[in-house]
Amino acid sequence: MPHIKVDESLAGIRGLLNFSPRTAEPLGALAEILLRSNEGLTPTERELIATHVSYLNDCYYCHNSHGEIACYYLGGDMDLVNQVRNNYASAPISEKLKALLNIAGKVQKGGKYVTEEDVEKARGAGADDKDIHDTVLIAAAFCLFNRYVDGLGAITPTDLSTYGPRAKQVAEKGYGNHIYTKAQPTPTE
Amino acid sequence: MAHIQLQEGLSGIRGPMAYSPKTAKPLNELAEILLRDDDNTLSRGERELIGAYVSSLNDCFFCQNIHGALAGHYLQCDMHFIDAVKQDYAAADISEKMKALLAVAGSVQKGGKYVTVEQIDKAKTAGATDKEIHDTVLIAAAFCMYNRYVDGLATWAPQDRQFYTERAPRRAAEGYIDFDLNK
Repeated sequence: MPHIKVDESLAGIRGLLNFSPRTAEPLGALAEILLRSNEGLTPTERELIATHVSYLNDCYYCHNSHGEIACYYLGGDMDLVNQVRNNYASAPISEKLKALLNIAGKVQKGGKYVTEEDVEKARGAGADDKDIHDTVLIAAAFCLFNRYVDGLGAITPTDLSTYGPRAKQVAEKGYGNHIYTKAQPTPTE
Repeated sequence: MAHIQLQEGLSGIRGPMAYSPKTAKPLNELAEILLRDDDNTLSRGERELIGAYVSSLNDCFFCQNIHGALAGHYLQCDMHFIDAVKQDYAAADISEKMKALLAVAGSVQKGGKYVTVEQIDKAKTAGATDKEIHDTVLIAAAFCMYNRYVDGLATWAPQDRQFYTERAPRRAAEGYIDFDLNK
């Protein structure tokens, strides 16, 4: 049960965004820029980083939500998403993305855990300053989102079939206020 | 040295913000609403104190000093008082409600699931509203982001703590949205 009174028809962070629309605005804008930009990293790579960090933070709602969005972008390849979630080193992804996921995992522990060697390895695999910047900020932002969701005990659906429709909504229409003001997508749609 | 090429002379979060203005905008808007907006029953000083406390738990030198100095500015108390709150808020001369909210913030710093029903009940008993609990959790979560952004890119921070005390009045007056990153 949530620690504060939220609209129980809204899952996860959606109920919190609806509780506090003024803070929802910049949080939505930040997610949109960080996760849907096509400059440098692809939206798929960005969502995979978010999924991995949310998994490390043990945030069920977030790692399943962003895992489903990544899966949608990947044309339904949940096996790959699952590998990146908990064992990216053996996943069929680029060395660059592996090196960036390593940095994201360090950020999850704390900013100071990121070493020069981590950064050099990413550069060696082709990452530039913007890739490194975006990876650090995506990982840091999910240390916010995950804590926001679990710290307030947000409603977390355990039925995984409810995650796909919400993921499709975000993949097609982006982040922003519409995710909590419009009718919620359901598995039957 | 920072992990990416940042403008020289900009301390802490200012370097990455100058590097990436597009993300700086929502980051600053969030800080403005959370820490400075007047439509809030927690004072600016109390909200900055939560930010400073979480930043100290995250061992982020830049953030804990600038937000500690801002808290000191608003609450009209010195660095020693802020340091005492960071070290042992339970023994500090602050309200029971603030102590209960700092306990919640400290749990959020470890991870969202560390917040307990008992902590929330204690805060509510001490007078905290749902919005105050919401804002406390989001401030604490936001600093878990800001702190990681600052240290994860290995930004530069002045080591003289007086620097932050001197900067605080200007930041308090200008806020987080319309300010010159170079001043």
